[in-house]
Amino acid sequence: MGEPWSRRRGLDRFDWCFCGVILALSSIGVVTIYSVTVEGTANQFPIYLKQAIWVGVGTLAFLVVSRIDYHKLARWSYLLYGLALLLLVVVLFSGKSSRGAQRWIALGPLAFQPSEFVKIPMLLVLAVYYSTQTRRGWWYRVIIPGLIALPGFFLILKQPDLGSSLSFLSIYVTLLFAVGVKSKTVGVVLLSALMLFPFAWSELWGSLHDYQKDRILSFVDPDYDPGGRGYQGLQSRIAVGSGELMGKGFHSGTQTQFKFLPEGHTDFIFAVLAEEWGFLGGLLFISLFLVLLLLGLEIAAKAKDTLGALLAIGLVGMLTFQLVVNVGMTIGLVPIVGIPLPLLSYGGSATIMTMAALGLLFSVKRERLSLLA
Amino acid sequence: MKQTMTDPGFQSTGLADIQGRLLLIRIVVLIIVGLLVVRLWQLQVRDGDYYRNLSHDNRTRSVLLHPVRGFIYDRNGILLANNIPSFSLYVQLSDVPDREALMGKLIELLSLDKSELSKKIQAQGRRTPIRLKKGISLKEAAIVESHRLDLPGVVIRPEFQRNNPQGAYAAHVLGYVGIASEEQLADLQGLPPDSVIGQYGVERIYEMTLRGRVGRKLIEVDALGHEKRMISVDKPQVGNDVYLTIDFRLQKLAEDLLGEEAGAIVALDPQAGEILALASRPSFDPNALSHGLRANEWNNILQDTRHPLTNRAIQGQYPPGSTFKIIMATAALETNAIALTETVDCDGRFRFGKRTFRDWKKYGHGAVDLQKAIAHSCDVYFYQLGHRMGVETIAAYAKQFGLGARTGIDLPSEGTGLIPSPGWKRRTRGEPWYPGETISVSIGQGAVTVTPLQMAKVIATIGNNGIPVQPHVVRGIWEREGEWIEKWTPAQVPSLALQPPQLEAIQAALAAVVTEGTARRAQSSMVRIAGKTGTAQVVSSRHGSEEDTPKQFRDHAWFVAYAPFENPSIAVAVLLEHMGHGGSAAAPLAKELIETYLSYGVDGKHSTRALPSHKMMKKEKRFYG
Repeated sequence: MGEPWSRRRGLDRFDWCFCGVILALSSIGVVTIYSVTVEGTANQFPIYLKQAIWVGVGTLAFLVVSRIDYHKLARWSYLLYGLALLLLVVVLFSGKSSRGAQRWIALGPLAFQPSEFVKIPMLLVLAVYYSTQTRRGWWYRVIIPGLIALPGFFLILKQPDLGSSLSFLSIYVTLLFAVGVKSKTVGVVLLSALMLFPFAWSELWGSLHDYQKDRILSFVDPDYDPGGRGYQGLQSRIAVGSGELMGKGFHSGTQTQFKFLPEGHTDFIFAVLAEEWGFLGGLLFISLFLVLLLLGLEIAAKAKDTLGALLAIGLVGMLTFQLVVNVGMTIGLVPIVGIPLPLLSYGGSATIMTMAALGLLFSVKRERLSLLA
Repeated sequence: MKQTMTDPGFQSTGLADIQGRLLLIRIVVLIIVGLLVVRLWQLQVRDGDYYRNLSHDNRTRSVLLHPVRGFIYDRNGILLANNIPSFSLYVQLSDVPDREALMGKLIELLSLDKSELSKKIQAQGRRTPIRLKKGISLKEAAIVESHRLDLPGVVIRPEFQRNNPQGAYAAHVLGYVGIASEEQLADLQGLPPDSVIGQYGVERIYEMTLRGRVGRKLIEVDALGHEKRMISVDKPQVGNDVYLTIDFRLQKLAEDLLGEEAGAIVALDPQAGEILALASRPSFDPNALSHGLRANEWNNILQDTRHPLTNRAIQGQYPPGSTFKIIMATAALETNAIALTETVDCDGRFRFGKRTFRDWKKYGHGAVDLQKAIAHSCDVYFYQLGHRMGVETIAAYAKQFGLGARTGIDLPSEGTGLIPSPGWKRRTRGEPWYPGETISVSIGQGAVTVTPLQMAKVIATIGNNGIPVQPHVVRGIWEREGEWIEKWTPAQVPSLALQPPQLEAIQAALAAVVTEGTARRAQSSMVRIAGKTGTAQVVSSRHGSEEDTPKQFRDHAWFVAYAPFENPSIAVAVLLEHMGHGGSAAAPLAKELIETYLSYGVDGKHSTRALPSHKMMKKEKRFYG
């Protein structure tokens, strides 16, 4: 009774830190989106306000999910995954198209992206599978989980959404490594992947849209045609590089403000951040994100059971993958694939999904506390 | 370890094992994030300068601001060339999704030339708008506006268009403007491409004065090229106005007098060298040329056998015929080849070696002295003079009068004419000079050729008591910032050393040409005119009367004159191609011109009326924006 309020509610310094980082990152996102989109949206609802609302909804999702015992969620995981896959099938047949990709389901005036929401059920399913499946061997450790992930992966790839399908896959790969793989196995997987590659390539490459092929080709030789394929990558590097140490200042990034680099509020939001706030701003952002990742791993380290640990690791793996690929493509380290920057990029589905997933992580953390109490 | 016995691929899945692997996972995460930071440092700190420059180049554009061209006025302030707002058709290729479709649509709507269009669309870069057509009509502009949605990337921009309010009048003097060619761009350093520059006439010679100075503005643009912010501006400087010596009223009259016939009229002030009228027919409409012609229209003009673009007044080179006798008489008197009162007996023929040279009058003029010889244009008298002086002396005096050389008028493409000499013939034809040629030269035939301007200068020199003047068409320049610059101070051309008595005799003889000689049709009740007719043979020997001869073989008619006799204020040279005798065809024209000019009540001093008032300047300023 004499304890502070926070202690009574089960919140310690760790929790404040965790929530603070999430809030800081989503605020950076809203501010950056404001900087890029404040002009040019005269007659519609401002995009940055929309994002602020998404962050609000996401916070709600975070609070709700964090209060649910993740074991309860785990019991529903296969059903949830099945429902999510069903939604993906619906998207495939009657989804809303935009720029050659069919990714959305219209819901009145809103549209949501099932490919985002399939990630949590997928994470749950795989974590449940690995924590309950005690048998070992190829079949049980690689093939079956792979087959579980496969329909989701292909349904997303078919939209096509290369970025989402890859981050979807990153959960599977992370968990695979988390449960432990021998170096010999890694070799076998890589070798068979290499042998299967020519066959997979024709199928995979053929299923890509022209702009996706262009993006991959332009990564091979980005300076080949600045007006064409490599344009985005080059403009992105110019935006980041010209930010220099201190940045050009808020709302003063000429590369993104003058539309030399499109998609400044979505996939290339990091370029805006780096251009306007410089290396220091970029470093601050990456540091905050790193803190989030390490806190996630901290939760994994103190999880009371395998399920909790795997959920935490899988989520951290996916977030790391998204961070590296998104920032990497912005600064010319990896090919340009459409992956949003978690918590920053504009987009309701991704924001809500990410925050809900973080809520799941928090639930793992709370479970440990409740045991201790 | 325990599990390796049964498990080929996996280690433990126990919580402790997973958590044991967290250190490795942390390290991997740190390394990956560290890589991002290193790369970010490379881009932003190490190579920041480089990317800053790229970013700068990306968004800054230097936009040329074309100056407004100066106006051209006649000596009394009548506007001869100005600028009118017009519309030009541009296309911003980066906004065009389908070039082929756009081309098809443009050809369909505006009947643009397909090959020209595709060349323009293919050739240039995508960032700056490309001018497809200059000076489109209001109707075309309306068509484009009403099909706005079918023509993405097409913009209509207002531009200034050179305009000659007087149409084709004075076309050869004013010239025309056009888009600078590649060679011209190379010559005129710093001239932006697509510049419109003077291509002919005063527009060309006074290009630097009229053009003004190109301005530049540095702007920031977005990816679509839309202006976001102006960084700096160097305003263009409006071109200066040029005031001609031409009296447009007289110019118009001269051209109307020529009418549809090919020919030229030059009128100048014999004391100042100011060209009052410089007419050449057939003519052209400089507006059409300035607006930009299509290839086939341009070819039509170039291939016109009547050569409308040729300024016959300064480019046309014709045998002077009997007008050359002015030079012959001067030379003979100066070299004492003949005395003033000495007579030559003319029986209509001059026997020289085996050849016989005929006088234009079959049975001759009888005994003629200098005055009579000039008044009646006796050929035999001048055959005799030529024979006595020899061709070298004739050539020397002709050159003193400025023949065989450009007068130096401020117009392009002036012809030199030709004064033949034995040396010239050896050089150019590798043949010796035949003495008979001297006889032909004596009456302005043979190889002698002159331009109408040169003959106007000759008669002006006589009228001006032997002091030659420098012919010119520009009186002065009105600088926009407010200063009047007198263009010409009378050039100190060495004057001919003519003795007063001889000069007066020649002047009197030229007066007699009008009163009792070959140019009685030029006799005026208003003013005493002195002049000399000429009939230049086009083909050396022919038979039958003038009327039976096909037009292209008929003689050219000359008349040169000045007036008033006592104190001349105008000198005129009239040349009519294939119009026969100078006395009948050319002299009346000169008379009308002189009478009209003198009726203006001018005495060579017009200057005050020509200056633009301040009110006028203000009005123009507004027009320039």
